[in-house]
Amino acid sequence: MVLTRENAVNLTLAVLLLAVPLAASALGQPFYITLATRIAILALAALGLNLALGLGGMVSFGHAAFFGIGGYAAGILASHALSGEPLLFDLSGTAQMPIIWLVAVIAAGLVALAIGALSLRTSGVYFIMITLAFAQMVYYFAISWPAYGGEDGLSIAVRNQFPGTNTMRPLNFFFVAYAVLLAGIGLFALIRASRFGAALVATRQNEIRVAALGIDPYRIRLAGFVISAMITALAGALYADLNRFVSPSMLAWHMSGELIVLIILGGTGRLFGPLAGAALYVAFEFALGGLTERWQFFLGLILLGVVLFARGGLLGLLAGKTKHG
Amino acid sequence: MKKILAAATMALGLGASGLAIAEPLKIGMITTLSGGGAGLGVDTRDGFMLAIKQSGNKDITVVTEDDAQKPELAVQIADKMIQSDNVDLLTGIVWSNLLMAVVPGAVAQDKFYVSTNAAPAALAGAGCNKLYFNAAYQNDNLHEAVGEYANKSYKKMFILAPNYPAGKDSLTGFKRYYKGELAGEVYTKVGQTDYAAEIAQMRASGADGIFVFLPGGMGISFMKQFAQSGVKIPVMGPGFSFSQDVLPAIGDAALGAKASGQWAPDFDTDVSRKFVTDFKAEYNRLPSIYALQAYDAGQLIASAAAKADVKDTEAFRAELLKADIKSPRGKFKFNTNQHPIQDIYLTEVVKKDGVLTNKTVEKIFADHGDAYAKDCKI
Amino acid sequence: MTISLALEQLLNGIQLGVMLFLMSAGLTLIFGVMGLINLAHGSLYMVGAFACAAVAALTGSFWLGLVASLACAAAAGAIVELLVIRRLYDRDHLDQVLATFALILIFSEGTRWLFGSFPLYLDIPPLLQGAVALPGDATYPVYRLAIIAVGALVALGLYLLIGKTRLGMRIRAGESDREMIGALGVDIRTLYTLVFALGSALAGLAGAIVGPLQSVQVGMGEPVLILAFVVIVIGGIGSIKGALIGALLVGITDTLGRLLLPQLLTLFMDPSQAGMIGGAAASMLIYVVMAVILSVKPRGLFPPAHA
Repeated sequence: MVLTRENAVNLTLAVLLLAVPLAASALGQPFYITLATRIAILALAALGLNLALGLGGMVSFGHAAFFGIGGYAAGILASHALSGEPLLFDLSGTAQMPIIWLVAVIAAGLVALAIGALSLRTSGVYFIMITLAFAQMVYYFAISWPAYGGEDGLSIAVRNQFPGTNTMRPLNFFFVAYAVLLAGIGLFALIRASRFGAALVATRQNEIRVAALGIDPYRIRLAGFVISAMITALAGALYADLNRFVSPSMLAWHMSGELIVLIILGGTGRLFGPLAGAALYVAFEFALGGLTERWQFFLGLILLGVVLFARGGLLGLLAGKTKHG
Repeated sequence: MKKILAAATMALGLGASGLAIAEPLKIGMITTLSGGGAGLGVDTRDGFMLAIKQSGNKDITVVTEDDAQKPELAVQIADKMIQSDNVDLLTGIVWSNLLMAVVPGAVAQDKFYVSTNAAPAALAGAGCNKLYFNAAYQNDNLHEAVGEYANKSYKKMFILAPNYPAGKDSLTGFKRYYKGELAGEVYTKVGQTDYAAEIAQMRASGADGIFVFLPGGMGISFMKQFAQSGVKIPVMGPGFSFSQDVLPAIGDAALGAKASGQWAPDFDTDVSRKFVTDFKAEYNRLPSIYALQAYDAGQLIASAAAKADVKDTEAFRAELLKADIKSPRGKFKFNTNQHPIQDIYLTEVVKKDGVLTNKTVEKIFADHGDAYAKDCKI
Repeated sequence: MTISLALEQLLNGIQLGVMLFLMSAGLTLIFGVMGLINLAHGSLYMVGAFACAAVAALTGSFWLGLVASLACAAAAGAIVELLVIRRLYDRDHLDQVLATFALILIFSEGTRWLFGSFPLYLDIPPLLQGAVALPGDATYPVYRLAIIAVGALVALGLYLLIGKTRLGMRIRAGESDREMIGALGVDIRTLYTLVFALGSALAGLAGAIVGPLQSVQVGMGEPVLILAFVVIVIGGIGSIKGALIGALLVGITDTLGRLLLPQLLTLFMDPSQAGMIGGAAASMLIYVVMAVILSVKPRGLFPPAHA
């Protein structure tokens, strides 16, 4: 790895995210561990979206659907594990995170395949609005479906387990989330460097040339959309375990908006953009929320300022212009 | 008589603060102060703070934060308050879904939670907890009361609620006591703003009475549209559908609507009159039922803090359970599941001195508990 | 179901559709001319409702409130265009989504700052109170009929404005060729501000006329914004005609779905269950309709020719 300015900034971010909870733990301030865990998980969710949005140019305004599906996978499996009632036929629930993650990723992948297959027939503004509309459909379904709490949501009494560690301890759960985030970033880097990644970027930049090379841009996009949804769903499962609670608000359109906000705050298409954005957003929310009831007003102003005057986001400011447009 | 009572109240108040063991109590209030539901949170905060102020106990501190009606944010704030601000007790959440997100975690970390409004069935029955108290009611109570009242004069009720758990609990609660026939049972979309189709259905159904549970903006929309439709069937609902926070926005369309409530601003007792006067003096508006519930929660906490140290969980809990307060609603004690046993009244929306308000008509239930207490094993 | 009830429900569907048309017309016009996706359109709807309620409360006249709502929404739109939106025309949709998302936060919290947390009161003007008799024994509120009339007038007005006036000619020119119109010496910046203000005024009008039917409160614009998106996606983004047809389709589908689905399900299950599941299915119905239409016509029913 060449130590460019961007790499240096990325490394600093990764180390900082690890250092904060360790320091908080040493100082007896466990709340900051929770905050850091939240940053790691939101960063992972935005990382997933960034694959579709940053690389493939697919502005999905409905990724909350996948985030929520991941969350519900965790909630539903855990509730069946607790009650002992079988889930489907003879399959029982589970409180093991790896299995939950697998289910979350597969479920979201299937839904993304259906939504993507329809939505990707369109592009541009149509795509934005259609993904939004499909996410609303999932949202209304979750609110009115009585079996798993509907609007009231579903509590997870005991945080799900990860082999070899006690996840109820905040620091341990942070390590799990942090490791998954690093793995996610690694996967993103691998995909970006692969032939598939190059094709995905090419569909954004010049669709006709891609088609001329004999690659079907629709399929490339669909594959990118599905993988993107799967990563976001994984984050959703972790988020449910962080809060020990899942509800339709994870599926609400504000969530989709927030995920986009994270990416832009950090820097579109950049490897560590989502992490930078999530850190900045959570810090804003936390600091402003403590200062004033009107924090959403000031959050809006700050966002507006970033879009209008600080294109390229935090990483753009810290690490200079990017080579990925 | 009044004077004696007032003097007695004062003496009691003085006595309480005189006895106070100077043990600090830090309360975390999480409530909705921004977004569409902010009105309820503002009333909750104001009612609560009034009670704390009146207690005169300088060792009670309250930190307040806005949950923006988002469950995730509420959980985050609760974690922060418990782990970083070291609060001893949480309170203030308005909505059942936020409460369900926060309470299990809070009581697992050995913190008290005193609810000022939300009271989902899940925390009243088998899921009850020693550290969880509800100072308001159980969610089903007010719906049950309307069901009981409807038996008197109505044979064919049309019932309507939003399609979410609280809506289903509402209609279930109503049907638990209502014995007549149903002209229709409709579930509307959460956040629905136009009820023309449902109102047409009501008229066509031949119903002789209508029960609606539509909280917040949904209820405002429904009542206005119902009044405009020219349909003349009597409308009933639980108290919060016609509470002081929404009445000004509904306007005269609410006149004559019957509701159930554990309290109304016209209660003819000294304690209630004093509460209304004090609240108006402090905030220049009439208190809503949310303000009352939060006021009583504040009184409860202050009463326990005067006698016991919150760090001594058992002693503090015992003091809370005594419910040694003067509630504006009159009788108030705790059931085995730490939810209230109280009287529930029928109220009617009237105009008094140009202001819409609720007038008490009659008592529907005396010493009413809830259907879930029997499943609670504390 | 009797004929009169069916007629009444059909009117309800049309009236809901007309409301959606007023919202979507502005949205689709702004997209058609400037290529801008504006999430804050719902905020302008809210501005209209608040302006109308505040002025009506102050003066006692709904009609003055209505004028105020048009003026305030148009002014808010023009200011936002001058300060923010005009920097976004040459940006990609992503930046537009984000900037207008930020505007929603600012508008919502700002409105609450000005007006407080409690919903405002707004009533039907005396002239439009009461109900008229329908065939059969049903009645229908005059105010809702008036809304349908307003919608028809706005549709006609937009048709004349765009088809028959100089401004309309420029708008059409702007839709088909943005460089060309600049070369012709039309001041394109002023044109864009005008179009944005016009779209905002339409949203404000919609907000003002639903004010007496609904709760005038912060956040009221968001559900209707998402419905308006569905409408213009179905109709073809940029097409006023598409917005009209799409709005009526969505309005009628939603109303009849809410009515019929639970009744259909009572054939298979008990009424309480049918109510819940039918209600859930009805809330998703318009999205299903949208999906079906898009799978046949990916650019909506009436895609503008150039896009």
